[in-house]
Amino acid sequence: MSIEDQPRLSEPPAESARGQDGRPLQHAEAATKPVAVKAPREAQPRGAKIRGDRPIDQAEAAERFLAAPLHQAAHDARLWDLRTKRDTAAFGIPEWEELRELASAIKTHTLSRLDHYLEQFEAAAKANGVHVHWAADGADHNRIVHGILKDHGARSLIKSKSMLTEECGFRHYMATTGIEVIETDLGERIQQLDDEEPSHVVVPAVHKTRFDVAEVFARTMGTDPENDDAKYLAESQRMHTRPLILEADAGLTGCNFAIAETGTVVTCTNEGNADLSGNVPKLQIHSIGIEKLIPRIEHLGVFLRLLSRSALGSPITQYTSHFRAPRKGTEMHMVLVDNGRSERLGMEEFWTSLKCIRCGACMNTCPVYRRSGGLSYGATYSGPIGLIIDPTFNKRKYSTLPFSSTMNGSCTNVCPVKINIHEQIFAWRKVLAEEHQIPLLKQGMMKAAGQVLSRPAAYRAAIGAADSALKVLPRFAVYNPLNTWGKAREMPDSPGRSFHSWYKQNRMGKKAGAKTSAAKKDGAS
Amino acid sequence: MSARETTLATIRRNRPAGDHPLPEIPAFAPLVGDDLVAEFGERLQRMGGRVAEVVPGQDPFAAVRERLDGAAVIASAVPEIAGNRDLAQVALPADLADVDVAIVRAVFGVAETGSVLFTQAELQVNAVAYLAQHLVVLLDPADILVNIQAAYRRPDFARADYAVLHTGPSATADIEGVLIHGAQGVRSLTVLLLPRTEEGVGERSATS
Repeated sequence: MSIEDQPRLSEPPAESARGQDGRPLQHAEAATKPVAVKAPREAQPRGAKIRGDRPIDQAEAAERFLAAPLHQAAHDARLWDLRTKRDTAAFGIPEWEELRELASAIKTHTLSRLDHYLEQFEAAAKANGVHVHWAADGADHNRIVHGILKDHGARSLIKSKSMLTEECGFRHYMATTGIEVIETDLGERIQQLDDEEPSHVVVPAVHKTRFDVAEVFARTMGTDPENDDAKYLAESQRMHTRPLILEADAGLTGCNFAIAETGTVVTCTNEGNADLSGNVPKLQIHSIGIEKLIPRIEHLGVFLRLLSRSALGSPITQYTSHFRAPRKGTEMHMVLVDNGRSERLGMEEFWTSLKCIRCGACMNTCPVYRRSGGLSYGATYSGPIGLIIDPTFNKRKYSTLPFSSTMNGSCTNVCPVKINIHEQIFAWRKVLAEEHQIPLLKQGMMKAAGQVLSRPAAYRAAIGAADSALKVLPRFAVYNPLNTWGKAREMPDSPGRSFHSWYKQNRMGKKAGAKTSAAKKDGAS
Repeated sequence: MSARETTLATIRRNRPAGDHPLPEIPAFAPLVGDDLVAEFGERLQRMGGRVAEVVPGQDPFAAVRERLDGAAVIASAVPEIAGNRDLAQVALPADLADVDVAIVRAVFGVAETGSVLFTQAELQVNAVAYLAQHLVVLLDPADILVNIQAAYRRPDFARADYAVLHTGPSATADIEGVLIHGAQGVRSLTVLLLPRTEEGVGERSATS
């Protein structure tokens, strides 16, 4: 790849919208300097191969992502930019750490009394004239929503982005019913039209370049395949989607926060598409994961100050919408979805993952995620949060995911609700090993490593014999498909001697020598 | 057992032990200076919105006059200006698809973020704030709150059927991070700092 071919950060005047004062703007999910991926075009690397319940080979998909340097570099730069903006936003608030503590404590409290708060929410919603449904799992959710749509003779449904409905496989289910589902978030719509899952919880099409989007739109909406101008593409989508929004029989949104005291569903979007879904059709449905509950309106004052700053570095999303009661002459339904959450609540090491507010900060900061793309995880939730949530849905299928981490702990440091993500990743490795969910080769390696690492003397003997643990392990153990980090990179050269042997000779030796000379002195006097 | 009973029973069996009290939320010092109007305007502009102060005695709509003059369909939800689309007569929200400019009054503004709040009372038809091509917002400078925390201590959220904070126009950067206004909703949002009139106050209490 020549320098000319490398993705570059385009200099101002960038294409991004400008403010009233003429300065380029950086709100919503805008990049500081939008990454313009240069031609020649490069085929978009696709995600992990799904083979039923067989363990996802994240490393294999990551390798293909790494083999697409234009995509990989643009993806890395874009997400690191979001991470950098998050830092700036967080440093701008003196009480940031206190807000994280408060958010975490509010979630702990709510989850410890989740039954009470769900009942309170249900009662409030019913009093507001809302129809409340309970779904045990994803299939149950899909049947309930389908049933509501059938009862109203709906032929089309517009929806805003919802990770919960992705988790339930809602779009795939609906494809069999003859009712058309139209995603209205631009990124999610791109993914729908390309028949691909979202790769990121906040920016669903972040792994695609403008060329990829131009190709998808040309194929599905008839746009000019040679025109990859971002404004042209976004405008084409707006014009294409608007009649579908106007004619839709029903609208569906997800839920960022559900307020127990008032029965309110809160959504945070930049496009206003949740508001179109909730305010244009005469039937509105809100799908709610039961862990989204918080006790009172007042608590939004904590969570909203954290959410968009953590996700995008913006002080708030363009729209923060509070849906409490149906409009006159319309119907409002809320579906409370469990899908394994009530069971996860009982997992001592993992229940705090239910605090997650889906900001994506842990994904943006993760070196593995940034270099392998969200689709390489082959799961609804990718990145660090995915590593600890996915195995609760399917231990076998997602058994390899907790190994896709460097354990650097950055995910934990940026989490706005203080989930100990990297510790849970480690805890999952242990659980999966104990339950024999990880392949034999990896088990053997871990067992051998465990035996050596648990005994300092044996560790030092092994190191001393070979200078480095990397040299102790046979090449196939370091460079094999189970070690993502051996892929596409050589392990660093190990130092000539270990710190321990250096310390023993230079420090312990001197100390011992000092004692000896002191003793000699004493003896001489 | 129904899904409801199963979920609640499983939660009762599994909920984390111990006492986890709900923390008190302290009142944090504002991030913004004392000039709330200036702070609000600066932050709104960073979020892609436009802001114009109204000079007493002059056309309050001077900042958007060109836009209004070029508009075929204007939907006004405020007494300060007449439109040519009566929101009270709208049968279906989708009927507002051809609105060029909608004009509404905000309940309040938030200096920390540059946000404005609407409820169904101000919008009359909620969808107008999204289907119109451009949104013009009247905001009384006296109605600017210091921060989001102060906003959520207001009773409006618990009372309204629908309440929404707008912070600038509809935006997306889903394609390579290029920021575009007018993703699905309004292409622009302009706030005119215009005190409520007696007539405006009367209008508001009549509809809320």
